[in-house]
Amino acid sequence: MQLSVWTYEGPPHVGAMRVATAMEGVHYLLHAPQGDTYADLLFTMIERRGKRPPVTYTTFQARDLGKDTSELFQTAARDAIARFNPDAMIVGASCTAELIQDDPAGLIEKMGLPIPVIPLELPSYSRKEHWGAAETFYQIVRALADKDRRVTDKAGRRPLVNLLGPTALGFRHRDDVAEITSLLAKLGIDINVVAPLGARAADIARLGEADFNIVLYPETGDLAADYLKRTFGQPAVRTIPIGVGATQDFIREVAALAGVDPEPMLAEGLSRLSWWSRSIDSNYLTGKRVFIFGDATHAVAAARVASEELGFKVVGLGCYSREYAR
Amino acid sequence: MNAPLIPAALSDCAPVLKERGQREVFCGLTGIIWLHRKMQDAFFLVVGSRTCAHLLQSAAGVMIFAEPRFATAIMEERDLAGLADANEELVRIVDQLLARRPEIKSLFLVGSCPSEVIKLDLAKAAQRLGAKHAPQVRILNYSGSGIETTFTEGEDACLASLVPVMLESDARNLLIVGSLPDIVEDQFRRLFAELGIRNVGLLPERAVAELPGVGPNTRFLLAQPFLGATGAALEARGAVRIDALFPFGVEGTTDWLCAAADAFGIDQAHVDAVLRPYRERASTALAHHRERLSGRSIFFMPDSQLEVPLARFLANELGMNLIEVGTPYLHRQHMAQELAALPAGTMLSEGQDVDRQLDRVREARPDLTVCGLGLANPLEAEGLSTKWAIELVFSPIHGFDQAGDLAELFARPLRRRDVLRV
Repeated sequence: MQLSVWTYEGPPHVGAMRVATAMEGVHYLLHAPQGDTYADLLFTMIERRGKRPPVTYTTFQARDLGKDTSELFQTAARDAIARFNPDAMIVGASCTAELIQDDPAGLIEKMGLPIPVIPLELPSYSRKEHWGAAETFYQIVRALADKDRRVTDKAGRRPLVNLLGPTALGFRHRDDVAEITSLLAKLGIDINVVAPLGARAADIARLGEADFNIVLYPETGDLAADYLKRTFGQPAVRTIPIGVGATQDFIREVAALAGVDPEPMLAEGLSRLSWWSRSIDSNYLTGKRVFIFGDATHAVAAARVASEELGFKVVGLGCYSREYAR
Repeated sequence: MNAPLIPAALSDCAPVLKERGQREVFCGLTGIIWLHRKMQDAFFLVVGSRTCAHLLQSAAGVMIFAEPRFATAIMEERDLAGLADANEELVRIVDQLLARRPEIKSLFLVGSCPSEVIKLDLAKAAQRLGAKHAPQVRILNYSGSGIETTFTEGEDACLASLVPVMLESDARNLLIVGSLPDIVEDQFRRLFAELGIRNVGLLPERAVAELPGVGPNTRFLLAQPFLGATGAALEARGAVRIDALFPFGVEGTTDWLCAAADAFGIDQAHVDAVLRPYRERASTALAHHRERLSGRSIFFMPDSQLEVPLARFLANELGMNLIEVGTPYLHRQHMAQELAALPAGTMLSEGQDVDRQLDRVREARPDLTVCGLGLANPLEAEGLSTKWAIELVFSPIHGFDQAGDLAELFARPLRRRDVLRV
């Protein structure tokens, strides 16, 4: 047991919700007790989405435990497919349902449903939200990416990339995707698929057609990118374009993989920040002591911006993602 | 999930639609959000999972700047695999917590879905820990798990757990039961004093240490409609419930106060004289909103069990049309007068199958839908005005002085819709 007065991440099934909610036409059947539906308001209120997350909860209660919660689960599966008509469904259990061991994966397999169904094993008592998102995205990619769809001949076409990692409820993920898409377009690179944000099952099927992948958020995209490298031989760019220096590095790395020339774009100057930092009124920023804490991607990026681009002194750097605390 | 719609006949009101399907409701842990603010010497330790901790944080309005008076003992793989004795672990966590927060005088161990499923006996744990930490800290326990409690039933379970520790008393006293905002409590205390009822206690008090006594001469008024278990626990101690409407609006508040005055043998002419100015002021405040709300239709999704009394207020005092009044649970005895006061033929539903209920909302297209935060924005996006139910739990809405504010809560979404040009 751990005493917790604050938690930076939710349980892993919330990570799965972030993936399902980001996608189109993917439904999440979650075996969970009454009350776990609170997670919906993360999306409708904190993110202010205009749609309910595509999640059906079994919302079992104490009186159901003595009877048949597995039947409740199967009925919910049939109802969800009839009502929402998804292209694919992910199924799993929240922390309490994990304890009652109804085996959602086995139950769903027996039903022989007419759409691809992807069972998730998200251990609630040892893992957290980001891992849940990464694992869910990976399982979706593993199940739905079509191994026969490969890169086509490079001659006569622009380079093609996938943007991996953006989810629902992500910090500025939609803005980041818009920004990186326009930056890549200027370099002469086209987007094959952005996933999971905005992707359908059919988009996941054609991930293999890209020349390489860009992992915008390692916390959620790394596992899938590793799989795509193993399966399709796609290299992955893992430099995070946050800050002037990191964005320049990102452009060079992307350009090298795409076989395009980054210099004209770099020569343009990417940002006014370099000048603002040199402007004499920024002198007072020199040596300001900062402590940085956050998820791995943003904390590391902010540390570089703080020390190299603002002239701060980074006195501490922390991250709550144990998987990335190196 | 496919439970057939069973219109069950109820002797004294319209048929009740009973539904069993996906329930879009909070669990009882959510009550901690207002209970920890109310009882200022108490701390709530949820024994549960990361999900419980995440719920509290999300429901708590997300920003907590100071150390709050609640926390979660998060169970881990070791606890479940039997590698660690969950009871010993809990003792360790409680020791750690009490060492860190010496100002805690009462500690509630709050059961959750996972702790209930693995049958962790928190009552026993509370006893053991209570013996260890007495007399500095009193250890209590209740369950706020979603498998047993729906939203406000968590407060019911919490208050019921306090009843056994109230001192035995033969004094004739009045108990107001249900946590209320301080401002409302103060108003009610003043009113009862004016009426001539002197010995008034509250459950909960602002400090657990100040709980009133209870005994066969205790009469109690429920201030909230979701306190079935607490009422039963008080009755088991010999206290007698005063049956009345709940104190919402002029009609409800008048009935509630008059019932108490009657139980204490106060002269009706005196009661009328005391209440008249309050009633008049509240009626004037309501008149402002009647124009906007009268004739408008409203649909209540089940949330807090406040739905029935609020529907009665909106129909009788503001002229709204009730399309459906959903409630997570209908306590027929405590709600008997409320049900009788509803307009004849009001459609009531108990429990939920959220997708089917949303189908009914879309078909009826009510002027206002009262629902939880998971549903409100999606309905707004479909062009339906909503009132988020949770605000009715957090805001001061009881009594005469708040009647106008209560009406305003329902009028504001409609007014906003008229005002916006974006």
